[in-house]
Amino acid sequence: MKKLILTAAVLALSAGMGMAASHGKTIRLGTEGAYPPYNFINDKGEIDGFERELGDELCKRAELTCEWVKNDWDSIIPNLVSGNYDVIIAGMSITAERDQIIDFSQDYYPPTASTFVAKSADADLKGVISAQTSTIQAGYVAESGATLLEFATPEETVAAVRSGEADAVFADWDYLKPIVEASGGELVVAGDPVPLGGGVGLGIRESDKELRDKLDGAITAMKADGSLNTLLKKWFGDETATY
Amino acid sequence: MFQYCTDPSTLDGLAWLSCYLTTAKHAAFYVSFGTVLLLLAVTAPAALGMGFLGASAARSRILPLSIFGKGYIAIVRGVPDIAFFLFFVIALDQGIEYLRHITLCPDWDQPIRQGNDFLVCPAAKAPLGTSPQWVHEVYGFSIAVFTFALVFGAFAANVLYGAMRAVPRAQLETAEAYGMNTRQIFWRILVPQMWVYALPGLSNLWMVLIKATPLLFLLGVEDIVYWARELGGTKTPQFTEYPHGDWRMWYFLFLLVFYLAFTRISEIVLDRLMQRLTLGQATMGGEAQRKAAA
Repeated sequence: MKKLILTAAVLALSAGMGMAASHGKTIRLGTEGAYPPYNFINDKGEIDGFERELGDELCKRAELTCEWVKNDWDSIIPNLVSGNYDVIIAGMSITAERDQIIDFSQDYYPPTASTFVAKSADADLKGVISAQTSTIQAGYVAESGATLLEFATPEETVAAVRSGEADAVFADWDYLKPIVEASGGELVVAGDPVPLGGGVGLGIRESDKELRDKLDGAITAMKADGSLNTLLKKWFGDETATY
Repeated sequence: MFQYCTDPSTLDGLAWLSCYLTTAKHAAFYVSFGTVLLLLAVTAPAALGMGFLGASAARSRILPLSIFGKGYIAIVRGVPDIAFFLFFVIALDQGIEYLRHITLCPDWDQPIRQGNDFLVCPAAKAPLGTSPQWVHEVYGFSIAVFTFALVFGAFAANVLYGAMRAVPRAQLETAEAYGMNTRQIFWRILVPQMWVYALPGLSNLWMVLIKATPLLFLLGVEDIVYWARELGGTKTPQFTEYPHGDWRMWYFLFLLVFYLAFTRISEIVLDRLMQRLTLGQATMGGEAQRKAAA
C-alpha cells in the first residue's frame, strides 16, 4: 500500500509538472450536485446542469483547464477557503455575510424570487417551514417568525412537506418548479414569491483576485454576446429573467 | 448497457428496471461497496497495529512513553468522532501542505494565513492542483484510512491494554523463572495469550467500524450511504431518463440487508476465531475444550 501510494505520488508529481508546463494551472470547480437545474448528477453519474455548461464555457473563454469536484453544501465554503478547490459554482446567492468570508464574481444568474411550496395553496406560512441549512432561504424563514426545519440537502426539504413533517418548503423557485410540475397537483405554490439575494455568483477565495478577474471577464463576455441568456433559457425556461 | 435501453420511457416492468439498475450512476453505487470493503480491509489491520503500539507504549516502563500511550488513548477516546473527523482531517491536510510548503518553497514571502484563506505555494499543494481527479481520490482515501486507524486504534489500544493485564501473572512469573528476559516474555508468553481476552472487545470494535463508514463522506469519499441517498431521491423527468418518486426507503432497506448480512458473516468468522484462540488456554473456554476432547 505504502509503495502504491508512493508510486502514485511520484507519477502525479511528474505528470503534474508536465501538465503545468503546457497548460498552466488546473482550476478545480466545486459544486453540490444535488440542486437541479443548477447542478445535479445525471444518469451517467456525471455532474450536469446549467452550471456544468456555464462552468465549462467560462473555462474555455478564460483559457483555463478545469476539473469538477463534488462537495457537501454544509462544508462547501470551508473547503474552498482551505484550498481543496478554487471556485464554488453551486447556485450560491451573493450575500453580505458570505462576502465577508469569500469573494464573489459578478452574478451569472439575476436576483430571483424564492417561493413557498406546500400541499395546499392556503398552507400556514407561519407554521413549520423546511429549508436547506445555511441558505438565504433558511435565514429568511428564521427571521419571519415561522418555525424553521433545516435539512442538509434540498431533496430532504421537499420530502418533509410530502410526509407532512413541514407545512411548506421555502426554496428557489427554479429548484421547486420542476418538482411542482412533476408532482401532478400534489404540491402547489403557497403565498407570494419573495425576492431574495443579490443574484447567483461564483465563490472565489479572497486572495485569488487574478482568477476572479479572469472569470469575471468571461462572464461579461457571455452576457454581451447573449450566450448566457441562451443557456438560461435552455435550463430555466423561456420566461426566466435574463440579462 | 442493454440494446433496448436507448429509450427507457417506452419500457415498463422488469425491462425498465433492468435498464435503470445498470445506468453508469448505479455502477458508481456498486463500486462504492468495493470502496467501503477496501476501507475496512485496510483500516482494520492498521487500527489493530496502532492499537498494539498504543497498548505497548501505555504499559511501557519508560515514563514518557507510557504517558504518551495513555495520553493517546485518553484523548482520542474522549473526543467525539464527528469532531475528530471534521477538524482533524482539515488540520492534517493543512499540516501536510505546511510541511511541504516549508521544504519546497523556501523563498515564498507571502503569509500562509490571509484572513480566512489557507495559502501555500502551488508546488506544495497536496495533491497538486494539476493532478488528475483519481490522485485526489486516492489522497482522500488515504487520509480517511489514517484517520480511521487513529481513532479506532485508540479504542483497540485500550482493549489490548486491558487484555495484556488480564493474562495470569503466574504465567509471566513462570517465564521469568525459566530465565526469559522482558522481551522474550512479552513476545512468547504475553502476546500469544492476550488475544483470547482481547477478542470480545475487538469484535465489538469491528462491528462499530463496519457501521462507521458513512463518516467517509465527511472526508470527501463517496460511500454507499451517499449514493443510496443520491439515487433514492426524487427524480423529475426534466433531468433524467428514469423519473421516479422518493425511493430512498428502498435503497436504505437494501443497505440494511447488506449491513445485516455483513454483520452475520463477521459473527460467524469471529466465533471460529474465538474457538481457535481458546485452544489450550488457561481459561474456562480452554478448559471446556480440553474436557470435551478428552
